[in-house]
Amino acid sequence: MSHAAAAAPSPEVAIPAIPLAELAPWALFFGLIATLVLFFVSAEQGAVSLTSGTLIHEFVHDGRHLLAFPCH
Amino acid sequence: MTARAFLVRGLVAGLLAGFATFLVAHQVGEPQVEAAIALEESAAHQAAPSTPGMSAHAHGSDHETVVSRGTQRTWGLLAGSLGVGVALGGLVALGSALAVGRLGRLGAAAASAVVALTGFVAVALVPFLKYPANPPGVGSAETIGVRTEYYFAFLLISVVTAAAATVVAARAWPRIGGWGAVVLGTGTYVVVVAVLGALMPSVNEVGDFPAATLWAFRRGSLFTLAALWATIGIVLSGLVGRLEQREAATNRRRTLAASL
Repeated sequence: MSHAAAAAPSPEVAIPAIPLAELAPWALFFGLIATLVLFFVSAEQGAVSLTSGTLIHEFVHDGRHLLAFPCH
Repeated sequence: MTARAFLVRGLVAGLLAGFATFLVAHQVGEPQVEAAIALEESAAHQAAPSTPGMSAHAHGSDHETVVSRGTQRTWGLLAGSLGVGVALGGLVALGSALAVGRLGRLGAAAASAVVALTGFVAVALVPFLKYPANPPGVGSAETIGVRTEYYFAFLLISVVTAAAATVVAARAWPRIGGWGAVVLGTGTYVVVVAVLGALMPSVNEVGDFPAATLWAFRRGSLFTLAALWATIGIVLSGLVGRLEQREAATNRRRTLAASL
């Protein structure tokens, strides 16, 4: 029955896609923020250190281990 | 549907996923982290009982730590989980916004579910199979640089291959149908990742760490990652699906009104 519905003559009703030009600014802006957040949780004060000390490393230490990022 | 509508729902899904991740990590993962730290400490005490703070990474309460273990396993873990949850939730939502209308005839809810599932496999599962999570005490501090490079290089390979395989499958869909496209896409991904994964250097710094604790930790880590991605996928596809149905109902009414 569902097969009959799928085969019904309405394949012209295309699923509308979001134009890339509309998507790009959102992807760029949020991509930068997300990369920054992921970097600080996954790697800061480990392999790479933008700030000195071990405060960030120790604060997110358990999350880094349990989310499977390399950690010391 | 707009990119903004997807992103907002992705952030909500990511926030909920962050809490779910924290819950699973705290309940399933933390006991293993504590067990590993206890093993690490007793090993350190046996090796050098008179050298205080010889390890660059002192975990225990008797060493000078900036953040106490109590904070690390509660607020620190929560902050990390929420940060990663919201970041990945938003990224999955934007990936879904890109996928909808471009993955055969999948609607917004189905496209979101496919993107989240692909994300789990490509971002979490496959890198884990090559470079699995390690508890505290496994992995030497000297190799953190090279281990981080390997991990993120393989993560990048996996994500780029998954994206490329999805494009190949979506292009082939009209000609070979849904079943063929899925087989083609997953097959391409598996072959490329298996070959490159075999070529990449392996890391084994387990030493004489107890196998049972290691396995329990890694299982806990995998459950944590699964909770993260499953919550993102389920909540995002649910929210986006509701919006999709509402818009479809509005369109039907508009068409009906225009036909009168």
